[in-house]
Amino acid sequence: MMSPTLIYTILVLCAIGVISAVILFFVAQKFKVVEDPRVDEVEQALPSVNCGGCGFPGCRAFAEACVKAETLDALYCTPGGNECMAEVARILGKAVVEQEARIAVLLCNGTCENRPKTARYDGAKTCAIAASTSSGDTACFYGCLGLADCVTVCPFDAIHMDQLSGLPLVIEEKCTACGKCVTACPKYVLELRKKGPKGRRVYVSCMNKDKGAVARKACNVACIGCNKCVKECPFEAITLENNLAYIHSDKCRLCRKCAPVCPTGAIQETNFPARKPKEESATVTAVNENKDNESEKI
Amino acid sequence: MNQKKFKSQTFPQGGVHSADLKLSADQPIQPLGLPQTVAIPLSQHIGKPAAALVAVGESVKVGQLIAKADGFISANIHSSVSGKVIKIEDVMDQTGYKKKAFVIQVEGDEWTATIDRSPEIKRGIAFSADEIRAKVMQAGIVGLGGATFPSHVKLAVPEGKTAKCLLINGVECEPFLTSDHRLMLEHGEQILIGVQIALKALGIERAMVGIEDNKPDAIEHLKDLTKNYKGIEIHPLKVWYPQGGERQLVKALMNKEIPPPPKGLPIDVGAIVLNVATCFAIYEAVQKNKPLFERVVTVTGSNLKKPSNFLVRIGTPIQQLIDVSGGIPEGTGKILSGGPMMGKTLLTTDSPVTKGTGGIVLFDETQSHRKEMLDCIRCAKCVSVCPLGLEPYLLMAMTDKNMLDRAEEERITNCCECACCVFACPANRPLLDYIRYGKTTVLQRMRSRQQK
Amino acid sequence: MNQKPLTVSLSPHLYSGLSIEKSMYGVILALLPALAVSVYVFGLGVLYLTGIAVASCIAFEFAIQKYLLKVPVRALDGSAILTGLLLAFNLPVNLPWWMVIIGSFVAIAIAKMSFGGLGNNIFNPALIARVFLLISFPVAMTTWPKAFAYRLASVDGRTAATPLMLLKEGLLNGQTMAEISAKLPDYGQLLLGLIGGCIGEVSAAALILGGLYLLWKKIISWHIPVSMVATVFAFSGILWLVDPAKYASPLFHILSGGVMLGAIYMATDYVSSPMTRKGMLIYGCLIGALTVIIRVFGAYPEGVSFAILIMNAFVPLINRYCKPHRFGE
Repeated sequence: MMSPTLIYTILVLCAIGVISAVILFFVAQKFKVVEDPRVDEVEQALPSVNCGGCGFPGCRAFAEACVKAETLDALYCTPGGNECMAEVARILGKAVVEQEARIAVLLCNGTCENRPKTARYDGAKTCAIAASTSSGDTACFYGCLGLADCVTVCPFDAIHMDQLSGLPLVIEEKCTACGKCVTACPKYVLELRKKGPKGRRVYVSCMNKDKGAVARKACNVACIGCNKCVKECPFEAITLENNLAYIHSDKCRLCRKCAPVCPTGAIQETNFPARKPKEESATVTAVNENKDNESEKI
Repeated sequence: MNQKKFKSQTFPQGGVHSADLKLSADQPIQPLGLPQTVAIPLSQHIGKPAAALVAVGESVKVGQLIAKADGFISANIHSSVSGKVIKIEDVMDQTGYKKKAFVIQVEGDEWTATIDRSPEIKRGIAFSADEIRAKVMQAGIVGLGGATFPSHVKLAVPEGKTAKCLLINGVECEPFLTSDHRLMLEHGEQILIGVQIALKALGIERAMVGIEDNKPDAIEHLKDLTKNYKGIEIHPLKVWYPQGGERQLVKALMNKEIPPPPKGLPIDVGAIVLNVATCFAIYEAVQKNKPLFERVVTVTGSNLKKPSNFLVRIGTPIQQLIDVSGGIPEGTGKILSGGPMMGKTLLTTDSPVTKGTGGIVLFDETQSHRKEMLDCIRCAKCVSVCPLGLEPYLLMAMTDKNMLDRAEEERITNCCECACCVFACPANRPLLDYIRYGKTTVLQRMRSRQQK
Repeated sequence: MNQKPLTVSLSPHLYSGLSIEKSMYGVILALLPALAVSVYVFGLGVLYLTGIAVASCIAFEFAIQKYLLKVPVRALDGSAILTGLLLAFNLPVNLPWWMVIIGSFVAIAIAKMSFGGLGNNIFNPALIARVFLLISFPVAMTTWPKAFAYRLASVDGRTAATPLMLLKEGLLNGQTMAEISAKLPDYGQLLLGLIGGCIGEVSAAALILGGLYLLWKKIISWHIPVSMVATVFAFSGILWLVDPAKYASPLFHILSGGVMLGAIYMATDYVSSPMTRKGMLIYGCLIGALTVIIRVFGAYPEGVSFAILIMNAFVPLINRYCKPHRFGE
């Protein structure tokens, strides 16, 4: 014989369960949210890293925006790339513009060797705070601070600090050009540039806007604004502003004529085959290339 | 020294006590020799940089106006030497940034004729309030306690507010610094005349001078002098940092709380706060026609051979001050401009002395590094020492996590950067580094919101 | 430039010299008088048990920091020693050694390191361990040795109930206060600690002495201990005034059991107590109130540890709503 207490307990619990279920059912009916099923589909197609590189707070928001938008022109998921956007376009039956792949590039080559320290920074270990403290611990006001804010914000683990040079290294395969590091950098030494065919790029790796003598004193590989590369370039892809040369990647045809004429070696070229050893600047570029290759191995 | 002679006041909330270390307290103020070149920055004050009036190649005299105030909150800049302007270039100043400055090659020491160089004290005040304000503005006087806020702005009471009491800051609560102390001892009477001038400009009768009781000689000296000066009271204050802060001084002397920044100003409770050195500068400007081109600077440090107080021309390289005090000692790791609690580290000793430089402190290598940062143990020391009732541990975490809206709610903008929290933290956390950064970011956001 | 590069950092450039180590060792020093009294009352077994607790706490902390978390080892910063000491203070002296080690493991591994180490734990580690042991081994944890039992020759009669247990049992059996108080020690004995109980809570006088040292050194502030003891006194005082035959006197309440130990050393634990003065007062008062409620109306004779742990959970809420006086507002 079961005791009455046991029976009552079971009955009461069952009753509570049934009543709760009924309440839940009606509440669920009442507050049902009707959502376009395509949002889920699009979200599935996205890389779901929630990096925010698209300007939306997370992949879900981006997916909703894609579904709502009339055209996909202004919407692009950089981490997903063209493949991913093609898939999104297929789901939504819209057209998508292909974009050339880009990559974050460090516009500073002020390694410990090239850029001697003039002070020792002893404060909170973030670039944002160091940048607001003083003009930095080297004579270059514009260069990388080396405190790794970009490494911290990178959602793809694509930036690492190089212990030897004290500069961040971008790992090509992992970088998706989401742009988080670019916004995090208080010195603006990171830029999104076209990845280039086979990863070949030519760029001025310096942000120093001081006059040539000052810049040169601060750093061996600073751009001193000598204008040589601007004259050398057959495609007018290089401009000089505030004592600083800049190579426009949409005009640059990767002829590499500018790099050898640069007196400080501020122009970097990546992933090119080695030059013939006769040329003067071969050593500089070879070193740089080696470094880039190493970074790819990591 | 008998400190129990007076009943000392202080402010009730927060604060810390740190060692005095006033090594140069017994050193009389000595004029420093003329430098070979000076670099006079165009921006030595809060507000807009002054606009240059002389060009490269021109000759200037001591006391000649070389840059004019650009707007209401700005200050005139005068040449501190006679000679030729050799260039106008960016010079690293004490903030750690490069700023535009006149570089002047010194030739002789020719003063402009209007300056009264006689040593006698001029007591009678023959000017009206407006004339005083004009003279103060003309002389380019700014707050010499370190904040460098243009003084003519302070002496003009805004409409709708009434001034009740003038507070004179002779607190010098920072360890090491002694320039105000020496000034009170050696030029006490001039300071009191300066206070009277300021009272006249404000149209009020009462002034209170707050002096911390680790300077009993200065208190006694000024107390004796005030017998001849009506309306000026001397108030001894307990040694308690940051008593030299405007808000703390007003609380200690008047027991009133200034509403929080950026809107709250001392005038909201009827107070005007001036530093003793500023009063001295006002005296010189009004009675002697001498613009602000030199100031008293303390050079000190535990290992320095001769800690001293100098009367220095603005623009003199700091290196020269240190050389005269015995040179940079072996193993110096850090050189500060200002006191150890709020001072800034110098990047180079070639930086010039500016209007805001109250002292140069040299630290030994062993004292110049922070200890390793540990996790917060939530001991609440930072909360209990904060004189403004903030929660530094929370503000740091919020800045770190980029929760700036919450930080704004928690009054991050009230912070006066007195650094008591970091001073007291047992886990060596750089609380103020973060709070300062968070505060600037929040202030920027507030401004951009207002513009919208 | 003259020489080596200068150091650049933001103000301040002077420090008070306060460190975690100094605070922790200060508290440990303050606990020594109570430990001495305990050795006098319960014999050398106290040192043996305390030694095991402290050593095992350090060992667990060291092992976890070094091998599990792989962070810099800071096992000797005093916090692990303090946890061990406080844990031992909350145990009866005749507890088997392996239970002590289990307690240390719970305190360090579960209550402290799993939250991220010193500064990140929500609850007081020593109290978590005590409550864990109390629930897991109720008999061993409530078998209290008599005072000076180690000097007795025979094995019988070495254990006795604590004053609070006598009180609870007496009241449950329907005795009146007058009957019970005949069996209870007087206030002098309570103050000096010549009674049975766990290691640390015997002598109120020694604990207060240490507390005064902490206040003098400014390691703790008065807010939590005073508000907590005052609340216990006031609350139990009201009950006592209502019916002296049913409730014990307030003086008995504050002097017996863990009120002093809890108020001065456990509730004031930096990590798990509120950050503002106002919050500390609220926190102390509520611990006091909960203690009396558990003691008088609850099933356990003693409630300090539960009260503190419950209030630990409310600390974030208290921190959220108790703000210091904002200057000028």
